Amino acid sequence: MSVLVFVEGAGGEIKKSSLEAVGYASALAKKINTQAVALVIGNYSDDQISSLGKFGASKVLSCKNDKLSQPLPMPYASAIAEAAKKENADTIILSRSSVVDAIASRLALKLGAGIVTNVVDLPDLSSGFKVKKSIYTGKAFAFYDLTSAKKVITISKNAYSAVEGSGSATVEAFDPQLSDSDFKVQIKETQKATGDVLLTEADIVVSGGRGLKGPENWNLVIDLAKALGAATGCSKPVSDLDWRPHHEHVGQTGVKVSPNLYIALGISGAIQHLAGVNSSKVIVVVNKDPEAPFFKAADYGIVGDVFEVVPKLIEAAKALK
Amino acid sequence: MKILVCISNVPDTTSKISFTDNNTKLNTSGIQYIIGPYDEYALSRAIELKEAAGGTVTVLNVGEADTEPTIRKALAIGADDAIRINAFPKDAFYVASQIAAVVKSENYDLILMGRESIDYNSGLVHGIVGELLGIPSVSPVMKLDIEGGKAIMSREIEGGKEIVEAQLPLVAGCQEPIAEWKIPNMRGIMSARTKPLKVVEPTDVADNVKLLNYELPAPKGACKMIDASTPEKLFDLLKNEAKVL
Ligand SMILES: Cc1cc2nc3c(=O)[nH]c(=O)nc-3n(C[C@H](O)[C@H](O)[C@H](O)COP(=O)(O)OP(=O)(O)OC[C@H]3O[C@@H](n4cnc5c(N)ncnc54)[C@H](O)[C@@H]3O)c2cc1C
Repeated sequence: MSVLVFVEGAGGEIKKSSLEAVGYASALAKKINTQAVALVIGNYSDDQISSLGKFGASKVLSCKNDKLSQPLPMPYASAIAEAAKKENADTIILSRSSVVDAIASRLALKLGAGIVTNVVDLPDLSSGFKVKKSIYTGKAFAFYDLTSAKKVITISKNAYSAVEGSGSATVEAFDPQLSDSDFKVQIKETQKATGDVLLTEADIVVSGGRGLKGPENWNLVIDLAKALGAATGCSKPVSDLDWRPHHEHVGQTGVKVSPNLYIALGISGAIQHLAGVNSSKVIVVVNKDPEAPFFKAADYGIVGDVFEVVPKLIEAAKALK
Repeated sequence: MKILVCISNVPDTTSKISFTDNNTKLNTSGIQYIIGPYDEYALSRAIELKEAAGGTVTVLNVGEADTEPTIRKALAIGADDAIRINAFPKDAFYVASQIAAVVKSENYDLILMGRESIDYNSGLVHGIVGELLGIPSVSPVMKLDIEGGKAIMSREIEGGKEIVEAQLPLVAGCQEPIAEWKIPNMRGIMSARTKPLKVVEPTDVADNVKLLNYELPAPKGACKMIDASTPEKLFDLLKNEAKVL
């Protein structure tokens, strides 16, 4: 028996959210007296692969098959299912991402496993296998009992902190059987913003809304983000107006984020925007309207004009270093 | 082209969520139900594809009789006919199994739905339907065109997008900006009343997860206000009080 955790990368680096998943898998493995095995698909350095031991993996399966160089859900699901069988894994942990939904759903079916996504805490094993899941876009939680022998769980980002320890892992090459029928979808091109902090992975997010008045003022958002090492986001009208690219649009119909710190500049806090940010640990709002709904969801607020307040914040943030 | 659009019947985004019966049931009083917003994007794209190249658009909902107003709205937006699988949609696996059972006998070229429902946010139905039917699934899809029997799509990834190609039949989990959101007009609303709505009984599906109960998040404390003339005080608080810097 073991707990298997799927490790995903971005731009040649293992994602922070995957390290969280490794930590989660290892904590779960300890609870049930077994070991956590990490499966890494892709070309990562030996250092990156063995560093998974520090986050709690006892063993790493490293799959470097060229046919899996792109994150295609069908062959990935097959590969993970094969690893789960080989390692006799009862529980498979994945961190939720744009590609993981499609992988996890197929994986659960291949293993005949029950699946719960968006899990925010370690399972309660006192009677059954009880997990807590975020629902209604962060407005509530639901508790589920996974009654099947095999279980697949996807955890929400930032639901579990990755803590680096001093453990080490054995590394083993893994080359799954791949079937042609798993390659019915082809990725023709990948277009990625480079150099920026990835919005969905960021610890801090600075977002701007229509209160910024136009794209020419975005340096206020960008400079504050840079000074804090944060990613930038925006409200929906801002991306609809093409002031910022669509992938920065945060909210119910955009990207959902759950950073440690979310700073909203000139955003009203409409419910659809809150739906994408309300699982942030701490929310700061700068808005000139003291009645803006965002203040009800915020931990810290400044009633003021972004054009006066943000330059001072940028100076103060630079001085933090 | 024969297109199936799967829609969920969900509380409007602005709904205040609370529970009854010892936190085991959603309190539905005062809640307005709508077509899942992501599903509505899928429906809008299906209608655009039909308008451009012909074909049919069928909407499908797994739900009890009280979801029919939501289904009628989808018909008013422009779907040709509808199927309601008469069952409470208890979880993603259950819903996907019901959808797959219907699709097996009907040979749709394209099955569209939202990337996730906004009640349970599971994001699983598209993948499970694809796996059950042995056909590809792609999600979250922001652009979808059909060219020469193939679907050319743009899929959102963290910090960018992928251009993806797949053979039909295909399941796509959709999100904005895949289509212009359509508002039903008077003619649509009138004709929706007479469009066919078939009710199908569900198939048996084994349970492997059991919903126990719900919980609301702890109430938020009051927002601490910082004077706009000294905004830099914020960072002291973030560092020493909130400990996030
Ligand atoms: C189905 C649906 C889905 C949606 N999905 C999303 C979504 O995913 N994400 C999203 O963001 N929205 C979404 N929306 C839109 C949402 O309802 C709001 O319209 C949107 O969030 C408003 O953006 P905003 O706050 O930037 O702009 P506005 O509503 O225009 O608010 C601007 C704010 O800036 C403040 N302001 C103006 N000038 C200044 C200044 N100089 N200094 C300080 N403050 C200033 C104002 O007081 C105001 O509060 C959705 C809507 C619908 C119907």
